[in-house]
Amino acid sequence: MNQMRRTLLKLSAAALAVGFGLLKTGQALAATWNKAGFESKATSDALKALGVSGAQPSKDIVISAPDIAENGAQVPVTVTSKIPNTQSISILADKNPFPLTSSFDFANGAEGYVSTKLKMGQSSNVIVVVKADGRFFTASKEVKVTIGGCGG
Amino acid sequence: MAEPMKIRAKMEGDDADVKVLMSHPMETGQRKNEKGELVPLHFIQSVVATHNGKTVLDAQWSQAIAHNPFLGFRIKGAKPGDKITVSWIDNTGDKGNIETTVAAP
Repeated sequence: MNQMRRTLLKLSAAALAVGFGLLKTGQALAATWNKAGFESKATSDALKALGVSGAQPSKDIVISAPDIAENGAQVPVTVTSKIPNTQSISILADKNPFPLTSSFDFANGAEGYVSTKLKMGQSSNVIVVVKADGRFFTASKEVKVTIGGCGG
Repeated sequence: MAEPMKIRAKMEGDDADVKVLMSHPMETGQRKNEKGELVPLHFIQSVVATHNGKTVLDAQWSQAIAHNPFLGFRIKGAKPGDKITVSWIDNTGDKGNIETTVAAP
C-alpha cells in the first residue's frame, strides 16, 4: 500500500509539474531521471551529479565485460557487487560523449547485480560506482573497441 | 504503440534470475539517416521492475544503452509462481510493460 501511495504522490507531483508547464508531457513520469548526470560530457561532472564523492576502489565489485569488443554498439556488461547493502549501481563509459550510461537502484530483495549491453564510441574504461550504506565504492575495467570490427 | 517485449524469470538457488528484452531503437541523436538528417534522440529513460507488487529495481538510462535493450537482474528470496513485472518509459512518453511468473529451476 505504501508503494501505491508513493506512486500516487509521484504521479500527482508530476501532474503538478506538467500543470505549471515545468515539464513536457513526455517527461512527466520520468521525473527522477538525472538530467544533469546524463547530460554531463565529462565523467567527473556526471559523478558530481550523482552525488558521488570519495569513492573507494573496491575488489568486491566484479565487472564482466569483454577485453576487446568487436561491436561497440553492443558491449555486454555485467556488474556484481558483493558489498553488503548495495543500494545502487551506476555504469559509466569514460570516453563516451555522455559518459553516464545507466543507474540502477535496488530495493526489496534485489541483488546487487545487473546485466545489460552498452554502446561505446571508442576504447575506454568502463567505470562502475556502487552505493552501499550511503558510501561509495568504485571499480573499472578497460574495454577495447575495434572500429568497424568484422571479427578475427 | 509499444513494440513487444520478452521476459523470462527462473529460480537459480535462492534467487529469481530475470532476463528482459525490450524492442526499442535507442537513437543517440547523433546518427544520420540516408538523407543525411540527424535522427532525433529517442531512448528509454526509465525502467521499473516489481516482484509481487513491490519495486525491486528502478533504473535510469541514457541513450548509450544498446538498441533493443537487454536487462538482467536477480531477486533474493523469490519463489516459483511469484509475479514479476517490468515497465519502461522513453523520452517521448512511449511506454511498454510485460509480466511473468517465476518458473521453477
